[in-house]
Amino acid sequence: MSEPDQILSSVSVAITGSGGAGVITAGNMLLEAAAKAGWYGLFTRSSGPQIRGGEAAAMIRLADGPVAAPGDIFDILIAIDWHNIERFAIELPLSETSVVIADPSQGEVPEVIVQSGARIVEIPLKDLAKKVRKGRQNMVALGVISALIGLDDGVVDQVMVHVLAKRGEEALIASREAVASGRAAIGETGTRVAAPEITEGDGRWMISGNEAAGLGALRGGVRFVAAYPITPATEVLEWMAPNLQKVGGSLVQAEDELASINMIIGASYGGTPSLTATSGPGLALMSESLGLAVASEVPVVVIDVMRGGPSTGIPTKSEQSDLNIALFGLHGDAPHLVVAPNSVSDCVFSTQWAVSVAEATQTPTIILSDQLLGQTKVIADPPVDLTFVAKRLTPDVINEGFQRYAASGSGVSAMSVPGTAGGQYTADGLEHDEKGLPSSQVNDHAAQLDKRAAKLDTYDFGDHWADIEGQGSLAVICWGSTTATVREALARLSAEGKNFRLISPRLLAPARPAEMAAALEGVDRALSIELSHSAQFNHYLKGHFDLPCPLQSHHRPGPLPFRVAELCDVITDWSGS
Amino acid sequence: MNTKIDISSVPDLLAHVKAMETEAMERYQDLAEQMEVHHNSETAELFRKMAHVESLHVAKVLERAKGIDLPHISPWEYQWIDGQTPEAATAEDTHYLMTPHHALRLALSAEKRALEFFTRVAAQSETGVIHDLASELRDEEQEHVELIKSWLDKTAEPDEGWDDDPDPPMLQE
Amino acid sequence: MSVNSAAAPAFSARDYKSDVKPVWCPGCGDYTVLSSITKAFAELALAPEEVAVISGIGCSSRMPAYLNTYGFHGVHGRSLALATGLKLSRPDLTVLVTGGDGDGFSIGGNHFLHACRRNVDMTYVVMDNRVYGMTKGQPSPTTEPDWDSALSPGGTGLRPFNPLVIALASGANFIARGFSGDPNGTAKLIADAIETPGFSFVEVLSPCVTFRPDQRDWKSMVRPAPVDPTEDIGQAARRLMTDDGFNLGVLYRGRRKPYKLAEHDAIGDLSDLEQQFAI
Repeated sequence: MSEPDQILSSVSVAITGSGGAGVITAGNMLLEAAAKAGWYGLFTRSSGPQIRGGEAAAMIRLADGPVAAPGDIFDILIAIDWHNIERFAIELPLSETSVVIADPSQGEVPEVIVQSGARIVEIPLKDLAKKVRKGRQNMVALGVISALIGLDDGVVDQVMVHVLAKRGEEALIASREAVASGRAAIGETGTRVAAPEITEGDGRWMISGNEAAGLGALRGGVRFVAAYPITPATEVLEWMAPNLQKVGGSLVQAEDELASINMIIGASYGGTPSLTATSGPGLALMSESLGLAVASEVPVVVIDVMRGGPSTGIPTKSEQSDLNIALFGLHGDAPHLVVAPNSVSDCVFSTQWAVSVAEATQTPTIILSDQLLGQTKVIADPPVDLTFVAKRLTPDVINEGFQRYAASGSGVSAMSVPGTAGGQYTADGLEHDEKGLPSSQVNDHAAQLDKRAAKLDTYDFGDHWADIEGQGSLAVICWGSTTATVREALARLSAEGKNFRLISPRLLAPARPAEMAAALEGVDRALSIELSHSAQFNHYLKGHFDLPCPLQSHHRPGPLPFRVAELCDVITDWSGS
Repeated sequence: MNTKIDISSVPDLLAHVKAMETEAMERYQDLAEQMEVHHNSETAELFRKMAHVESLHVAKVLERAKGIDLPHISPWEYQWIDGQTPEAATAEDTHYLMTPHHALRLALSAEKRALEFFTRVAAQSETGVIHDLASELRDEEQEHVELIKSWLDKTAEPDEGWDDDPDPPMLQE
Repeated sequence: MSVNSAAAPAFSARDYKSDVKPVWCPGCGDYTVLSSITKAFAELALAPEEVAVISGIGCSSRMPAYLNTYGFHGVHGRSLALATGLKLSRPDLTVLVTGGDGDGFSIGGNHFLHACRRNVDMTYVVMDNRVYGMTKGQPSPTTEPDWDSALSPGGTGLRPFNPLVIALASGANFIARGFSGDPNGTAKLIADAIETPGFSFVEVLSPCVTFRPDQRDWKSMVRPAPVDPTEDIGQAARRLMTDDGFNLGVLYRGRRKPYKLAEHDAIGDLSDLEQQFAI
C-alpha cells in the first residue's frame, strides 16, 4: 500500500488573496489543469476565521510522481493582495530561489516576504483584470502561473470550460481573456520557474482525504450515516450524503454527536453497516455510547478527522493529539479498534478495511484521520479495490434457545437481525450472560470480557496492520499524515546513501506486539515522529510494546505540518550521520 | 361509569367471563412471581393457590363455551363497570412485605367487584338466557366471596410494623 | 376496534412476555404498563420478532428484557436517538421506546425535542413517576417544586417540566396521557399510538410505591379528559398549558406525515460512482 519510493521533482505554488479574490477556486483549477497535463500533485489551503471574504492561501505542489507531503518551500507565491499575510506567512516558506509575484497597486511587499530573499516580480494583476470586461484577478494569476511553469494552454482552457460552465458564456470569455493577459504579462518579464517532468498515465484521480474516506466507507458496505457537522469532518458527510443515496443508503443529520452515535448504533443493531464522522470534540461526546457499542457488541465506525486540540483548539489545522482519547477514552475495559490511514489515498483502503473488521468482529472502530489528510486533495493513481466487504456473522438457523452472546473459539457469536423469528434478544450495556440477560455474576463478567477481547485477539489482521518499508538498523516509527512526509524524507536520505526502516502502523488498537517485534528485528535504535505536544504516540509505543531497542521521540504540536527538509534534518541529527 | 352494561348475547357474556377469569389467573401468577422475586414465600404461596383456583374457573368457562364461537373483544371494549377487569387483583395495592392477610383482602375486593358485575348484568333483565347465566355466575361469585371471607377469618391479621424494613433501598444502576 | 366474531387472535398478551421476572417493587405502576403493552401488541397482532423495544436507563427502562420482542437497553437519555436510527433504516419494524421521566426529560431532553420534531413513526411511552427511582429518590424534571428530598431539602422550588406541551410545540403527532391504575385504558392508548403514523407520545402516570407513596392519591385525582381530542394545534396548546396533569386519554391528534428516508434505487456497483474522481 505504500507510495513509490522515489526522489520527487516538484514545484510548489501558493496563491494568496482576500475579500472574494477567489484564490481557492484558482488553486482548484490549477490542480485540475495540472492533472490533465500529466502531473501528480496535492492541494491544501489555509484561511482566516471569516466565513467569506477573509484572507486565504491556496497551496499546490506538482510533481513527477505520486506526492503526498507538502513541499519545503514555495517556488512561486502570487499575491493578489497582502491583507493579513503575517497571519500565515509562516505557512508560506520562501527562499532566494522563490519567485514572488506582487501587484504594485497593493502597496509595499511586506517585510516578512522581503526577508526571505525571494525574487520579486511586479505584475499589475488588478489593472490587467480591470482591462478585461468582468475580468478577475484570480484568473490573471492563473495565467501567470501557467506561463511560469509551462502549463499547457489547452488543458487550462478545458478546465475553465467545465468549471465555468454554470456561470455562462460571458464568464468563460472573461476568464479566457484574463488568463491570456496574465500569461502575456509574465511572458514579457522573461521569468521562468523549473517545473517537473510530466508523466504518462491514464485514469488518475483527483480526490481529497475526506472524500476518500467516504468512498472507502461505501466500498466497505456502509449504507447508513448519521452525523453532526464539525470542522474538518463536514466534507465527509457532504460527500456521503448524495453518494450514499446512489447505493441505496441514507444520511441523516442528527441534533448532536450523542444522537449521531446512538442513531448509528440503532441502525447497526437493525443490520445495516453504519458510520459517522466527527472531530475531537465530537469523539469526546461519543465516548459513553462507544462503550455501549462495545458492551452490546454492535459494530459501528467513527471517523475522527483530528484537528488542533485540546477542547475547541484550532479547528482548521491538523494535529495528531486524539490518539489518547481514541485508545483510552472508553470507561471500563472496553477493547475496540483504532485504525489510522497514513496518506490521502490510503483513506480509501483504511476506511474500507476498518468497516470490514468492525463488522467481522462486531466491535466499534475509530478511524483517526486528520485535517491534513481530510482537506488535502491529491492527484493520485486510482486506489485498488481490495474487495473487503462488511461481513457480519448472522445465524443461519435459529434454534430454540438461541444465545446471542454464546462463547465461541473466536469470541464472535452470531448476531440475529430484528425480523428474524426466534432470534429475539435485548442488547444491553449492562454486563450480561450468554443469553444477553443482565448479570453481575463473576463468571459471566469474566466470560464476556474474555469474549470481547478474544474477538480482537484472534482476528487475522494480516499485513495490513502496518506499512513496513526500507531496511537498516535504524527505524523511524510514525503514523497517520506524518507518514507521507517521513517517506519522502527517507527517500531523499536513501539517495544520499543513508538507509532507514520505516514502520507506520495502520492498526493502533489492538496493539500487535508480535508483529511489531518482527518489524523491529535487527533494529538498534528507533525514533518516533508525531505531531503531538505530549508525544502521545511515543508513550503508546513504550506502553504497549516490548521494544527491543531504545526509542527516542521527535514531537511537536500543530498547527504547522512537518516538512520534508525539516524531517531530513531531524532524522539525520538523530542518527548521528 | 357505565350505567347499562351492554351485553346482548350469551357468547358475549361468556367472552367477558373468560377474559375475567383468565386475567384474574394471570394476575395472581404475576403477583406470586413478584412475591417470589422479593422472597416473600408465604404470600407467594397464597397467590399461587389463588392462581390455581382461578385456573379451575378458567377451565369451567372454557367448558361452558365449548362449541360456541366467542367474539373477539379488545381489552378496552369490555363492559367492565369502571373500565377495569373485575376479578383481577389490583396490582398497585401490593407491597413486598405484604402478608397473606393483605393478599386475601386484595382477593376479596376483586371477587366483590366480580360479584357486583354479574349482579348488575343479571338485574338488567328479568328473564332470558343472559339473565339465567348471569344469575348463575353471580351465585358462584357469591360463593367465592364467602370462601375468601372464611379464609380471611382463619388468617392472622398483620402485626403492627409489618412493613418495617430497617435496610434502606438499594442503588441499582 | 369493534366487537366482531373474528377467529382466535394470532397472539395472546402472554405471548409477548419473556421468561425474565421483573424486579420492580411490588406496587410499581410499571407492572401494569408492561401488561398494557402486551395487550396492545396482542390486539394489533404484531409478530414479536418484528417489534423492537428501546429503552434508556432507569426502572422503567428495564422494560425490554421483560418482553419477547427484539430490544435494546441503551445508555441514559439516548433511547430516542437509537430508536430513530433503527426505525429509519428498518421501517418494516414496529418501534416502541420506553423510559421514565428522568431518562426522557432530563438527560434525554434534547433528543425528546428532536424526536418530536422529526416525527419518525414510532411510539414513546414514558412512565412518569416524578422521581428518580433507580438512584433512590431524587427530584426529576416533572417533580413538584415543594417535594422534599435528600438532594433538594425543602423541594427544588423549580417549576416542573410540562412534557405534553413541549411535545406539542416540537411536533409530536399524537399526544396522550394514561394512568397505570387504568390498565385497559392505557392499553388502548398504546395501541392507538402505535397505529397512528408519526411520533406518538404517551405519558403514563405510574406511581413509585417506594419513593413517592404520596402518589397513591393519584387514583382519586385522575379523570378522563372532559373534551374530545383536538386536531387544532392552537386549541391543544391552550388545553395542555392549562392542564392539571391528570386528564387522561388522547389529548392531541395531529395530521403530520411521518418522516421517513426517501427510497433510492441502488446502482449495481461502485465503478460508475467512482468515475467522479477520474480526471
